[in-house]
Amino acid sequence: MTPLSDTPDVQIDLTSNPKYLASVRGMILALTQTAGFDVVESGHIALAVDETLANIIRHGYQLQTDKPIHISIWLLEDEEAGVKIVIEDEAVQIDPEAISGRDLDDIKPGGLGVHIINDVMCECTFEKRKTKGMRVTLKKHLKSKTKDRTENTTSSH
Amino acid sequence: MSSQQNIEVETETLPAGIVLRPKGDIDLSRAPAFRVEIAKWVKDNSSPVFIDLSQVPYMDSSGVATLVEALQMTNRSGVRLALFGMQERVRSIFEIARLDTVFRIAETFEQAQED
Repeated sequence: MTPLSDTPDVQIDLTSNPKYLASVRGMILALTQTAGFDVVESGHIALAVDETLANIIRHGYQLQTDKPIHISIWLLEDEEAGVKIVIEDEAVQIDPEAISGRDLDDIKPGGLGVHIINDVMCECTFEKRKTKGMRVTLKKHLKSKTKDRTENTTSSH
Repeated sequence: MSSQQNIEVETETLPAGIVLRPKGDIDLSRAPAFRVEIAKWVKDNSSPVFIDLSQVPYMDSSGVATLVEALQMTNRSGVRLALFGMQERVRSIFEIARLDTVFRIAETFEQAQED
């Protein structure tokens, strides 16, 4: 595995206001295309980040708009070339095992975010931070194919 | 600071039904306004509803949830709801969520009118 520098290539601190989602998506699109992802894959990574942030804002912070969110991005090289994105919040901690998407056969509004994240990324893990809040780690490798949608979409966590 | 942003939704009443044309990205910041706009036309309505998504370059699960809610409302009232003009990025979200077979999704308005 490519050794990771402790210092991310890009770090963003923002408040939990949904109006910033479009700006973050734009930055992720540009950065991942610079890293070698094609337009479709970059769009999927931006979607996964957007869904993660939306979950934090909606569920973690209950739509409060002034709470902190930290995004750290590493551009990976060598055999695991791609991108690693860590998104951290300071919201109430929850059991990572309790985070799951809804049954897709149960057609109803909501509950799709986690399923989408798992589908478009190579890896997705949820964990509690040491002191407070949650940490979501997303990884996608270059040349990876989006998972076959007929396969199980369970994440690596 | 306000967290919600408005969304422009052009509406047209035609003999075939009501056409709604939202414009711009639909994410968590705009989905609530989109929900209000759709509800105006879907609630207590007996005409078919067609939603033109050709001017929506991006939609996340918040926007999809709004459309699922609209579909459920129209199903309850026996009103037809169809989507058309969907861009590829938006269509892929419907495919990931396996909703592409739940909604009536057409390429054009003409095709959307066909049952």
